[in-house]
Amino acid sequence: MRNVWIITKRELAAYFGTQLAYVFAVIFVALTGAFAFFVGNFFERGQADLVSFFQYHPWLYLLLVPAVAMRLWAEERKSGTIELLMTLPISTSEAIIGKFLAAWLFVGFALLLTFPMWLTVNYLGSPDNGVIATSYIGSFLMAGAFLAIGSCISALTKNQVIAFIVSSTLCFLLVMSGTEMVLNFFRGWAPQVLIDAISSMSFLTHFDQILRGVLPMASIFFYLSLIAFFLFANAIVIEQRKAA
Amino acid sequence: MDVLVEADRLRKTFGPIVAVDDISLKVAKGEVLGFLGPNGAGKSTTMKMLVGFLEPDSGSARICGKSVAEQPKQAKVRIGYLPEGAPAYGDMTVGSFLKFIAEIRGFNGGDLRDRIAASVARTGLHDVIDQRIETLSKGFKRRVGLAQAILHEPAVLIMDEPTDGLDPNQKHHVRSLIADMAKDKAIIVSTHILEEVEAVCTRAVVIDRGRIVADGTAEELQRRMPYHNAVCLELDAAKADAAVAALSALPMVARVERIASTNAHAKLRAFSKGNVPIATEVATVLSQQALPVAEMHVERGRLDEVFRQITTHEASSQNA
Repeated sequence: MRNVWIITKRELAAYFGTQLAYVFAVIFVALTGAFAFFVGNFFERGQADLVSFFQYHPWLYLLLVPAVAMRLWAEERKSGTIELLMTLPISTSEAIIGKFLAAWLFVGFALLLTFPMWLTVNYLGSPDNGVIATSYIGSFLMAGAFLAIGSCISALTKNQVIAFIVSSTLCFLLVMSGTEMVLNFFRGWAPQVLIDAISSMSFLTHFDQILRGVLPMASIFFYLSLIAFFLFANAIVIEQRKAA
Repeated sequence: MDVLVEADRLRKTFGPIVAVDDISLKVAKGEVLGFLGPNGAGKSTTMKMLVGFLEPDSGSARICGKSVAEQPKQAKVRIGYLPEGAPAYGDMTVGSFLKFIAEIRGFNGGDLRDRIAASVARTGLHDVIDQRIETLSKGFKRRVGLAQAILHEPAVLIMDEPTDGLDPNQKHHVRSLIADMAKDKAIIVSTHILEEVEAVCTRAVVIDRGRIVADGTAEELQRRMPYHNAVCLELDAAKADAAVAALSALPMVARVERIASTNAHAKLRAFSKGNVPIATEVATVLSQQALPVAEMHVERGRLDEVFRQITTHEASSQNA
């Protein structure tokens, strides 16, 4: 645990040591706000809730979260520091978890900076703050799943642009997997079990449920197991590179 | 003899290329092993397997008796490693980088500060401690790499081309640092600069195409040269023939050859039988015969020629 935290600290310092942290936080807050007001019609809806704010998170994460995750391993490989890191007396999983936690905390920090939205809606009306709290938790969990995917893909390449594009695409497929467009593609030939499986992999389906104010165990489990799965895959990729 | 590094039949292939083929070696405490070889010979790959960054296809490595494959943490605790090019996190300052390394190495509080201070003092980094690593010159970056490698006083120090690209002063500094630490560690230094082997190494291993082609002290390697311990002299051209006759008469002289002659001076080289030292005998016979010598020196056999002989010989025999 001690090693995980040391790695996390270093990674966090790396985020805040470059302009990345500030650029990301500003753009994240600006975009989530802009979407809520201009696309989500925050005022016109006349409702004291933050649905119009949260419902665009999956789409924003598609663009922003892979940008945070892409450097995690690709940069280490490119600069050669992976050789330094992996010859320190730490295990591969400590390195992976440490890096992932740093990225997750960082996105969480950006998410916290959107608190003026919460202040605004509380000033204008009396929203159900329980729903807002669950939505924040749900959004944070979803960001974690995106990050785990991004971290795993980042370990496959030393090119950050490739890492970004591939993980964005993969995340896009997972977000879209519950939509009719994707499901219709499978309906003609695939068994119902597979179709159910695909639709249950959808980020959107799970996130919509959370936005309604329930935080079902199934959804929490879904995001956490996705994180666990991709971090595990990440470890396999790193170990594989050692043997190759 | 305390054997601290043990490689047993290491082999590594990358696709069709055999990078390291059956390399075994032992390095004991107090030894500084020079790891020599042309570019692409497999030096770095071997080192990466020793430190556990790459897994060998077959064979094993042990550091202080700990298996790198089975007890990676215990092995890595005992190693200080300077990868090729001394990579470091460019966005960190020297101080914060060393602090990160010290924390990962398990130091706390006052101990941590002492370790960093000692390491910084040894590598001469005080002036740049608050600078970001990416803004440093190549020499300083290399020193940062060294500082992180020696911070925990490891029993085994493995350095991949520690002096590559440094200016002569910096090279000298790194070499004296290595010499300072040599007595209580096992050190492996890869290089393709041969003077370095003579300067710091107690033993040299030459590898070529993934195989060990020579293993011995610098002196032993030099002995492989045909003109090791030959004596070169320069004297008046008129006396050259007399000198050749006198020297050829000596029992320990194999033959004498004329290397060059200008109008006034002739250069001779007397080869020794069995490469034994012959300088005294040569000097005695020359003074007995009253042959004045302008210059005289003993050929050691230059290491880079030995190196070229060993490695190009291998290459041509494989091509044949």
